[in-house]
Amino acid sequence: MTPPLAEVEQLVKRFPLTRGVLLRRRLGEVPAVDGVTLAVQEGESLGIVGETGSGKSTLARILLNLLEPTSGVVRYRGEDVTHARGARLAELRRERQMVFQDPAGSLNPRKTVGAAIADPFAIHGLLPERSERGRRVGELLEQVGLDAAQANRYPHELSGGMRQRVGIARAIALGPELLVADEPVSALDVSIQAQILTLLRELRRELGLTLVLIAHDLAVVRHMCDRVAVMHDGRLVEVAPVEELYRAPREAYTRELLAAVPRIPGPVPTGAAPAGAPPPAPDPAGGGAGGPQSSPPSSSSSST
Amino acid sequence: MSAADAAGAVLRVEDLQVAFDTRDGLVQAVDGISFAVAPGRTLGIVGESGSGKTVAAMTVMGLTRSPRTRVAGRVLLDGEDLLAASAERLRALRGAAAAMVFQDSLSALHPLLRVGAQIEEAMRAHRDVGRTAARARALELLELVAIPDAARRIDAYPHELSGGMRQRVMIAMALANEPRVLIADEPTTALDATVQAQILALLRRLRDELGMAMVLITHDLGVVAETADDVVVMYAGRIVEQAPVGELFAAPRHPYTWGLLRSMPRLDAPAGADLVPIPGRPPSLVHPPSGCRFHPRCPYVRERHRHVEPVLEPLADGPAHRVACLLSEAERRTAWALLAEGATPEQARAAIEPAGGPAPTAAGSTEPAAGDGAAEEAPA
Repeated sequence: MTPPLAEVEQLVKRFPLTRGVLLRRRLGEVPAVDGVTLAVQEGESLGIVGETGSGKSTLARILLNLLEPTSGVVRYRGEDVTHARGARLAELRRERQMVFQDPAGSLNPRKTVGAAIADPFAIHGLLPERSERGRRVGELLEQVGLDAAQANRYPHELSGGMRQRVGIARAIALGPELLVADEPVSALDVSIQAQILTLLRELRRELGLTLVLIAHDLAVVRHMCDRVAVMHDGRLVEVAPVEELYRAPREAYTRELLAAVPRIPGPVPTGAAPAGAPPPAPDPAGGGAGGPQSSPPSSSSSST
Repeated sequence: MSAADAAGAVLRVEDLQVAFDTRDGLVQAVDGISFAVAPGRTLGIVGESGSGKTVAAMTVMGLTRSPRTRVAGRVLLDGEDLLAASAERLRALRGAAAAMVFQDSLSALHPLLRVGAQIEEAMRAHRDVGRTAARARALELLELVAIPDAARRIDAYPHELSGGMRQRVMIAMALANEPRVLIADEPTTALDATVQAQILALLRRLRDELGMAMVLITHDLGVVAETADDVVVMYAGRIVEQAPVGELFAAPRHPYTWGLLRSMPRLDAPAGADLVPIPGRPPSLVHPPSGCRFHPRCPYVRERHRHVEPVLEPLADGPAHRVACLLSEAERRTAWALLAEGATPEQARAAIEPAGGPAPTAAGSTEPAAGDGAAEEAPA
């Protein structure tokens, strides 16, 4: 059996607790991640949910070698990469990328969008030809739903949703296998959130990406993921396929999280109509209804 | 809206307009909105960034007054027009008759003062209470908002409390003078879901116990569904839909409201269902779109909608439900019925299309976006 794409075993990360500014006294340690074992299978979309301080972001950063664990092992394709350095680490960075919550904070305000997306190529010594690089940047911008002409603009000239698209373009620039997105939509407006989530879903399908999605919003995770891991106080509470976890949560904490999600009453208008079976128009009396258009649903089709 | 027509409204906003004079031009942040709230009721104001919901609330509280702000209309608190009130009179009313809770408790609280002292200050600004009495009342308020171990926490500094606890302190402070109107601007947005649920339950309980009129500003339809009695949906400075909460969710009548409902992932959606994002993004308020302000993003747009401004009108079958949309009521009823059963916006549009040829393509087409003319957020 092939090993999981990425996994952590008995992972522990403690942060020192200090007091004072000049004379920093060490008071003790806070365990942010406390003995987590978790595997991400190739091609899947795994959600990690939890509240503030649950350790979900710390776990994500360790998974990508952005943070060193206190103890435990990080593997990638079965190889122990916990302490990877130098050329091997650079290679790993190409294969595993991150999308951050705040694209404004993760983009250099003095660099154009094009330069920001071209950065990964420069860092890794790829596409040395200028024109080639520019063409690829344009392609990436279009892939995330922006215009290639946006390359000359600065981050502050873009809306939050557009900046997040730039963050995603940058993350997929080097063709990674694993994408870790840390609260990618929580700073965006409702209508823009749906655009970014839809983009991530499309890219995942097109590029065959494995996705780890860190989020506090359980509805977002349900929409995006195949499997969900619930974290609480640095520990893994429950891991289950998404529909199973939402239908029959086993742990009390998971139930508590689910119960806290505000419910929207009324019909559920999301979801594409089943192909070839357009819903009948229930209101044939409607004055403006029933143009003789070629599109299927019309007021006269109420016989189904 | 039932509360709007109720004679007993404690807060009544009439044709409020707020514009800011900026370097980029005049920003019409709020463009003629009206609503009313009765004691013991909650009005939810829903909208995205730039919809004007926060500016409207700040103006009600007199917090947008400046030489560069142009305000028109009336804000009546118990019949008294706050827009016409002197600065002194406004100071006397603000924090006493009407109080506000903000989103970011860390920046709304003074970092160097103990929370108890801040609550006492809020009280002593409005009435003559002795130190001991004020402190006793502060403790009582902290207990009212269910802060555990209030006797100890009264001497805590804001940074020593969690986000949820700080939000409770803010609510305690807002309640210090028993306001008749409480305005809460995204009071739970920065909080975890379990804490959010607690704070919303607290606000509901206090509203009922104290008989306050509450205005809850939020971008979250779920929060509105669980807390509000009546809802106002704002878009680009205007109200596009206004209804009792049950009716808004059971039978929404504005394409923007439909768009919001279809953009949200929800726990009761069928597994694997796609979201249907609203293309584009909220418009610039310096150069708002002509005609219906939602037309550049509306899947049901027709040529006429680009020039004619819709008026907020009551529905024939439910005067409490008002909608500003140029589609006919019958068309909207048909479209929503289809959407509610899972039809795509394209299918719904086709079903209501007038016989006279295809409607212009919806948003995301060549229609230049409002504002800086950027290629828009249109999904590929």
